[in-house]
Amino acid sequence: MKKSLLLLLLSLVLVVFMAACGGDDEPSDSGDTDDEDVTDTDDGGDADGDDGDAAEESTSGGTLIYARGGDSQSLDFASTQDGESSRITLQIYESLLRFNENSFEVEPSLAESWEVADDNVTYTFKLREGVKFHDGTDFNAEAVLTNYERWSDPSHEFAFTDDGYAYSVYGNQFGGFKGDEGHIIDEINIINDYEIEFVLKEPFGAFLQNVAMSYFAITSPAALAEHGPAINENPVGTGPFKFVSWTKDDNITLDKFEDYWMEGYPKLDRVIFQVIPDNSARLTALRAGEIDIMDGLNPDDYETIQNEAGLQAFERETNNFGYLGFNLEREPFDNVLVRKAMHHAVDKEGLISLLYAGLAEPAKNPLPPAYLGYNDSLTPYEYNPELARELLAEAGFEDGFEFDLWAMPVARPYMPDAERAAEVLQANFADIGLTANIVTMEWATYLDEVSAGSQDVFMLGWSGTNGDSDYFLGNLLGTQGIPDSNSTFYSNADVDALLAEARTTVDEGERAALYEEALAIIHEDTPMITLVHSIPVLAGSDRVKNYVPHLSTSEPLTFVELAE
Amino acid sequence: MIAYTIRRLLMLIPVLVGMSIVTFAIIHFIPGNPARIILGDQATATAIANLEEQLGLNRPFYVQYFSYVFDLLKGDLGTSLRTNRAISTEIWPHLAATIELTMFAMIFAIIVGVNAGIISAWKQNSWFDYLSMIIALIGVSMPIFWLGLMQQWIFAQELGWLPAFGRGNPRDPVETTTHLYIIDSIINGRTDQLWTSFKHLVLPGIALGTIPMAIIARMTRSSMLEVLRSDYIRTIEAKGSRPLSVIYRHGFKNAVIPVLTVVGLQTGTLLGGAILTETIFSWPGIGRYVYEAIGTRDYPVIQSGILVIAFMFVIINLIVDLLYSYIDPRIKY
Repeated sequence: MKKSLLLLLLSLVLVVFMAACGGDDEPSDSGDTDDEDVTDTDDGGDADGDDGDAAEESTSGGTLIYARGGDSQSLDFASTQDGESSRITLQIYESLLRFNENSFEVEPSLAESWEVADDNVTYTFKLREGVKFHDGTDFNAEAVLTNYERWSDPSHEFAFTDDGYAYSVYGNQFGGFKGDEGHIIDEINIINDYEIEFVLKEPFGAFLQNVAMSYFAITSPAALAEHGPAINENPVGTGPFKFVSWTKDDNITLDKFEDYWMEGYPKLDRVIFQVIPDNSARLTALRAGEIDIMDGLNPDDYETIQNEAGLQAFERETNNFGYLGFNLEREPFDNVLVRKAMHHAVDKEGLISLLYAGLAEPAKNPLPPAYLGYNDSLTPYEYNPELARELLAEAGFEDGFEFDLWAMPVARPYMPDAERAAEVLQANFADIGLTANIVTMEWATYLDEVSAGSQDVFMLGWSGTNGDSDYFLGNLLGTQGIPDSNSTFYSNADVDALLAEARTTVDEGERAALYEEALAIIHEDTPMITLVHSIPVLAGSDRVKNYVPHLSTSEPLTFVELAE
Repeated sequence: MIAYTIRRLLMLIPVLVGMSIVTFAIIHFIPGNPARIILGDQATATAIANLEEQLGLNRPFYVQYFSYVFDLLKGDLGTSLRTNRAISTEIWPHLAATIELTMFAMIFAIIVGVNAGIISAWKQNSWFDYLSMIIALIGVSMPIFWLGLMQQWIFAQELGWLPAFGRGNPRDPVETTTHLYIIDSIINGRTDQLWTSFKHLVLPGIALGTIPMAIIARMTRSSMLEVLRSDYIRTIEAKGSRPLSVIYRHGFKNAVIPVLTVVGLQTGTLLGGAILTETIFSWPGIGRYVYEAIGTRDYPVIQSGILVIAFMFVIINLIVDLLYSYIDPRIKY
C-alpha cells in the first residue's frame, strides 16, 4: 500500500516530464500528422514546406474555418430567431428568392422568376427545375407548399408544436397564422410541379422581401418525415453545403454539395464554423493561421488588421441604428422645442470617435441608409449647443431641468458600451444646462419597463432582418407598436396613414416616396435622437477571396475561395 | 468503512434536495422574464405571452418545482429551452470535456506542486525555496484570463507550437464514444489524434492548473516542514536512510493528508467548470454550458447543470474522505 502510492506518484512525474519535453520540441520540427493542426502558420512563408500534407487538399477547394463567438441554437431556421443559427442554415438551405450580395434587393434563387398579377395580390413563382435536396429527392412545388403549411398551420404534421417548435418570425412577417384575421396569405396553389401561386388577402409591399428571408427556406419534405422534430439537428436543404456534424459549443462541419444546381459552385470543399467565444483569442487564432475568417473583430483592432501582412479586414454594411428616445407622454418631452434642443445638444461625431473607433456613421433617419425610402434630403440636427440653449429658452426652460437617462446594461451591435455612451450624452446635456441622471438595470427588466413607459429618456436601437423599411418605422414609430416596440409612444396620424399606405403598395418607387414623406414628418417631430448606424467589422486571412459580408448579419459562402 | 460509505451516500440526498431548491429559487428570483430574454429585444408582446404559456412559466412556482423533481427522479434532467434537446444527452459531452481538462490540470498541479513543495521544505531557505514560493505566490494571484491570453500569444501566435483553441483539430475530428478525446483516440487507435488531443490540453490545462499548483505547493511545503522537524524523521536520518527515502517514503507519507484535502477541494472546484479558461481556450465544457444558459435564462439547463456540478463536488469529497483512511490507516471511521 505504501509503495503503490509512491510508485504512482513517481510514474506520474515521469509521464508528465516526458510529455512536457515532447510538447515543446516535437511540433517545431514539423511532424507530419499534426501539420494541418498548428503549423498552418507556415503556409505563407515556405510554400514548399507543406507539400506533403497539402496533397490531399490541393486537388480541390480546401477547408475554410469560420470562427464566431457563439454556437447556433438550432439548425431549423424557421423556429429560431438566433443569428448564429441563420449563419449556418444559409449555407444548407435556400429560399425561393435571395438577397443581392450587397443589398436587400431580391434576386431569383429556388424560384427562377416571378410575376405579380394586376390585382397586386397574386404572385406566381416559376421554380427552378432539376434542383435536388441533399437527400437526393427532388425540389418542386409540393415541397414549397409543405414548408409554408408547416409554418402557418400549427396542426400540420410537420409543425412539431408539441415538441416546442414555434414559428414566431412567420407570425411577425406574415401577420399571424392560418385562420388569424391578419394572416396575409390567403391561399397557396400548385399550378404544376414547377409553378406555384401565392394569393394574398390584400396587397403587401414587403411580400417578396419576406419570401427571400432565410427564415423561409425550403426543407426536404422527405427529411421532415424521416427526422421529425430532430430536423433541427439533421438539416436537409438544397443549399451549396450539406450538413456533416455538429459538436455543441465547438464546431459545425459542412461539406460541399456535389449536385448543387449552380454549375461549378460552391468553390470550397468544406466549411467549419468554429466557436471561439473570446474576441482576443479569436484574433490570436487568426494570426496563428488556425482559422480563416473571424466574426466580431474589436473596432479598435480594425486599423491594425488592415495594415497587417497576411490578413485583411472586412466591413459589413450597416443595418441598424441606435437612438436616444423621448417618452412623449412625460413632461417636458412632450414639447417639441425641448426635443429639438436636446437633439442639437448631442455630439454624434464625438460619440463615434470615442466609442466606435470611427466605425459608425451619424444617423439622421431612424432607418439604415441602404433601405427603401431613406430620406437623404433631410438636414441633420447639427451639433450646436448655442442653438440648443436658445431653443430651451424659447420652450421656457432657460434654467434647465433634471431627468433620468436610461442606459442599457448590455452591449448591442448598435451600442457597444451604453454606459460610457450615457456618460458622453450626460456631458453633452450638461453643456446646455440639463442634468441627466444615468439609470441602468437588468436587461429584461429594462426592456419591460421601457415598453411600459416608466422612463424619461432611454437608449435603445433596432436591427434589420429582411431589409423592409416598415420593420423599422412601423414597429418603432407607428401607433401599432404601442405599448410594445414603440417606447417613445410617438403617435402621429399622418405618419400612420403613410406607413399603412406604403405597406399595401407594391410599386417600389411609390413606396419609397411614401416612406420619405413619413420620415420628413418624423424628422420634424423628432421623437427620438437618432444617434448612429454602426458598422460591424470582421477579419480574415488574405487567402480568402470573394467573401462579401451581407448586411443582414450572415451570408452564404457559395462563391468564397481559398487561394493557395 | 462500508457502513461509513453508505452513510455518506445517504447524506447526499438532503444535500441534493437542498441544492435543487436553492438553484430553483435563485434563478426564479432573478429579475427578468425568461420568455423576453429568449426572444430578444425585438420580440412582440404576443410572441412573449405564447412562449410563457408554452414553457409553463405562467404556472405557480411550486408546481414548476415539483414537476421538475418528479422528472429528476425519472432520470429526466429536463429539456433545454434554447435547443429543445434533452439535457441528459446534451450535458455529457460538456461534462466529459471538463473532466478531461480537470484531470490534466490536476495531474500537472499535483506533480509540479507536490514536488516543488517537498524540495522547498527539504531545502528550506535555499534559493530554490525562495524562488518556488515566489512563483507559487504569483501563481495563486495570477489572473487566469491574462495567463491564458499570454500563453496563446507566445505558444500559438508567435511560436506556433501549440493550438490556440478547442479540443482537437476541427479538420480531423475525433470519432467520439466516451467524449474523452484522449480515451477515444486510444480506442480508435489513432496515435496522431492522441497527440493532437494532448497538445490541445497543454495550454488550457496549465492555465487551469496554475492556481491549484501554487496552493498545493504551499500546502505541501508547510506540511512537510512540520513532519521533517519531527523526532522520528531525525531517528530515520540518524539510522542512515537515504535522503530520497526519508523525504518521500517517511516524510511525505505523513504530510500528505492536508495536501489531499486541498487536492480534493481543487478538483471539485475545477470540475464545476472554469468559465474563464473554457472561454479563452474555446473549451466546450460544463462551465460554459451553464454560463451560456444563464445568459439566455435557460432555466432547466441552469438547474440541472448546477445540480450535476454539485453532485460531482460531493462525490469528490466523499472519495477524498475514503482515501484518508486508505493512506493513513490510523484514521478510522
